[in-house]
Amino acid sequence: MASKTRMVATLVAAMMGMSTSAQAAADAELAEVRAQIRQLKEGYEARIKALEQRLQGLEAAARRPEPVATNTAEPAALPTPARATGEGAFNPAISVVLNGAYGNFSRDPDRYAVSGFVPANNGLAPGTRGLSLRESELAIAANIDPDFRGKLLLSFDAADAVGVEEAYVESVGLGHGLSFKGGRFFSAIGYQNEIHSHAWDFVDAPLVYRAFMTGENYADDGLQLKWLAPTDTLIELGGEIGRGKDRPGSNRNKNGAAAGTLFAHLGGDIGDSHSYRLGLSALRTSPREAQVNDVDPSGADVTNAFSGKTTVAGADFVYKYAPGGNATRTSLKLQGEYFRRRERGTLTYDVAGIAGLPPSGIGSDYATTQSGWYLQGVYQFMPQWRMGLRVDRLDRGTVNVGTANFGNLQQVDYNPSRVGLMFDYSPSEFTRFRLQFGQDRSRQDVTDNQIVLQYIFSLGAHGAHKF
Amino acid sequence: MKINIRILFSALSAALTLTTALPATALNVFACEPEWAALAQELGGDKVKVSSATTAMQDVHHVEARPSLIARARNADLLVCTGAELEIGWLPLLLSQSGNRQIQPGQPGYLEAADSIVKMDVPKLLDRSQGDVHPAGNPHIHLDPRNIARVGEALTARLAQLDAANADTYKARATAFQKRWREATQRWEAEAAPLKGVAVVVHHKDLSYLLRWLGMRDIASLEPKPGVPPTTGHLSDLLAKLQREPAKMILRSAYADPKAAAWLSERTKLPTVTLAYTVGGNDQAKDLYGLFGDTIQRLLAAAK
Repeated sequence: MASKTRMVATLVAAMMGMSTSAQAAADAELAEVRAQIRQLKEGYEARIKALEQRLQGLEAAARRPEPVATNTAEPAALPTPARATGEGAFNPAISVVLNGAYGNFSRDPDRYAVSGFVPANNGLAPGTRGLSLRESELAIAANIDPDFRGKLLLSFDAADAVGVEEAYVESVGLGHGLSFKGGRFFSAIGYQNEIHSHAWDFVDAPLVYRAFMTGENYADDGLQLKWLAPTDTLIELGGEIGRGKDRPGSNRNKNGAAAGTLFAHLGGDIGDSHSYRLGLSALRTSPREAQVNDVDPSGADVTNAFSGKTTVAGADFVYKYAPGGNATRTSLKLQGEYFRRRERGTLTYDVAGIAGLPPSGIGSDYATTQSGWYLQGVYQFMPQWRMGLRVDRLDRGTVNVGTANFGNLQQVDYNPSRVGLMFDYSPSEFTRFRLQFGQDRSRQDVTDNQIVLQYIFSLGAHGAHKF
Repeated sequence: MKINIRILFSALSAALTLTTALPATALNVFACEPEWAALAQELGGDKVKVSSATTAMQDVHHVEARPSLIARARNADLLVCTGAELEIGWLPLLLSQSGNRQIQPGQPGYLEAADSIVKMDVPKLLDRSQGDVHPAGNPHIHLDPRNIARVGEALTARLAQLDAANADTYKARATAFQKRWREATQRWEAEAAPLKGVAVVVHHKDLSYLLRWLGMRDIASLEPKPGVPPTTGHLSDLLAKLQREPAKMILRSAYADPKAAAWLSERTKLPTVTLAYTVGGNDQAKDLYGLFGDTIQRLLAAAK
C-alpha cells in the first residue's frame, strides 16, 4: 500500500517536472498551432470562396432550363481526371514492338545472293532457320516544345545488336503546308520505305529494296522539307539531303551532303470506298570506295569497291478499297513499286585480297542500268483474317564492267524473281500472327522454298500508322 | 535560330502559295465525325465550309490517315473532333502531316468535343488486358442531346473567336439553335418515356450515353472486351446469361459488323435494332434532329 502511494507520488512529481521543463517548448508549440489554425482558416476561406464561385457558375448553368429525367442524372461538374504529377508527368509516349519468327528454308539463307546484281549479297539473309528474334523495336516520342516533336526508335535484332533506326525532330505545324524533319529518319523514297517493318504486309522487304537499297528501310542522317499544296487532292512535294551513309551511298568523310532525294505524291479518294496514292521519287548518292561483296567467276567471295554516282528512281502506287470505307469486315490493298538504278563510275576489283593473296586492285569503268518491281495485293476476307500475294521481279538490264575487269567479274544473264503468299490473323489491334510461303529464285538456277511463321505484338502507347 | 528558320520557311511558303492561295470566303471546318460536321453546319450556316473525315458507315476507331484527309487537314481553319483518344490511330498523323499550325492541339483551331462533357466509363484499371480501353473514358458522347448542346456552346465560342467578323451571326444562330434543340430534347424525352428501364444488349459500348439519357439498361455487350470482336465462346455465354436475365432487344450501330447480332438474334428471337449511330447512318438521319428522332422511333418500335 505504502509502496503504491510512493509510486503515485513519484509519478505525479515526474509529470510535474516534465511539464515545467517543457514550458518553453509548449509556448513555441502554442504559437505554431495558432499559426497553423490561422493558415487553415485562410485556406478554408479561399476554398469556400472558390466553392462559392463554382456554385454561382453552376447556378448560372442551371438557369438554362435543362430537362433531366429523374433516373438519368449525370455528374454536374467536370471531374479532374487523375493525371501523373511530378517528374513523371512529362514522360514521353513509349511503345514496344515484339517481333519474331520461325523460318524454314530449303536453301542455306547464309549463302543467299541476288545473282547479277552488285552487291549480290548485302549481308542480309532472307531469314534465319529455326526460331529467331526479328527486328524488335522500342520507340519513344513526345512534343519537345510548341514547335518541335521528337522521336527515337531503337531496334534490337537476333544478334543482340541495338541500332538507332530513327532519331529525328520534326516541326509541329510550320504552317503553309510545310513540314520539316531533321536527324536520322526513313527516307521518303518509294512507298514502303517509310513504313516500319512491323507494319509491312509481308515478313520481308520487296526484292527490289534488297537489290538497290539496304534491304530494310533506307534511313539517312539528313534534313527533309516537304510542302503540301492547298488543294483537296493531296499534292505533296519534298526533298531531302543527307550523308548517304547506307547503300547505295557509302558513309563518306566529307563536308556537305553526299545524297539527295526528291519526291512527289498525289493522292485522294474516289467515292467513299476507294483511296489511292501515287508517287515519284529519286535518290542520288555519290559513293566513294563503297565496298561491295560479289562473287568472282571462280565462285570465290570477293570485295570490290565502287566510286561514282548512283541514282535510284522509281514510281509507286497504293490503292485501297473497303466497302463504304469501312474496313471492319473486308478490304483490299494493292501496292506496287518500280525502281531503276543507274550507276556510273569506276569499280576496283578485289580490294581486300582473296584467300590471303594481296589485293589486285584493278580499276575500270563501270556503268549499269538495272530495274526491278513488285506488285502485291492483300485481301481481308473476314474480320481479323487477311491473305496476300506478292510477285517480285528484277531485270538485269545492262551492265558494262569495262575492259580491265571483263574477266574478273561474273557476268550473269539472269533475272531474279520471287513469289510470296501470306496469311495473317490479328486477334486484336495489337497482335498479329503471320504465315508466309515463298518461292525465291534470287539465286541463278536455285529455288529456295521458304516457310516463315511470324508474330508481331505491340505494347504501350497506341501508334498511328501511315496510309 | 528557331525563329529564323520559321521566317525562312514562311517566306519560302509565301512565295509558293502566293499563286495558289485563294481568299478565304468561308471558315473551313474539318470535322472528324459526321455529328460534329452537322453541328458545325447548324451553327455556322453559310459562313462555314464543313467536311467530315468519316462517314456513319465507318468505324471511327479504325480509319486510316488517307491522303485526302491529310490534304483537307492542311486547308482547315478549325478542326472539330471527339477527342478522348477516339481518333488516336489516325488523327496524330493528320496533324503532323498537315503542316497546318492553326489546327494543332492548344491552338484555337483545335477543338475536342469530349472536353466539354463529363465522360462515362472512365476506366479504373488502365490496362490493355481490358481491351482497347480509352483512358479518358467512353468517347462516344454525341448520342445524348444534352452533350450536343454543350459541345454546341464550345463550338460557337470557337467559331466566333476564329471568325470575329461574323461573331454576331454565330451567336444569333447559336441562340436559335439552342432554343430549338431544347424543345426537341424535351419532345424526345416525352416520346421515349416508355423506354425507361428497358434492358438491351449492345454490340460495342458506343451507345452508353444514349442509354443513360433514356434510362435504358445495357446488360451485356457482344464484344467480350471493348474493341475486341465478338467470339463464339463469348456469344454462347451471352446466350446463357440472357436466359437468366432477359433483354428486350439487341442494339447495333450501322457501321458495326452485323454477323454477331444476327447470330444472337436468331437464337434468342430478340429483335435486332440497327441504329444510325450518327448523321448519315440511314435515310432518316439526315441531320442531328433526324438522327435523334429516328433513333427513338426505332427503339420504341422494338420495345412494343
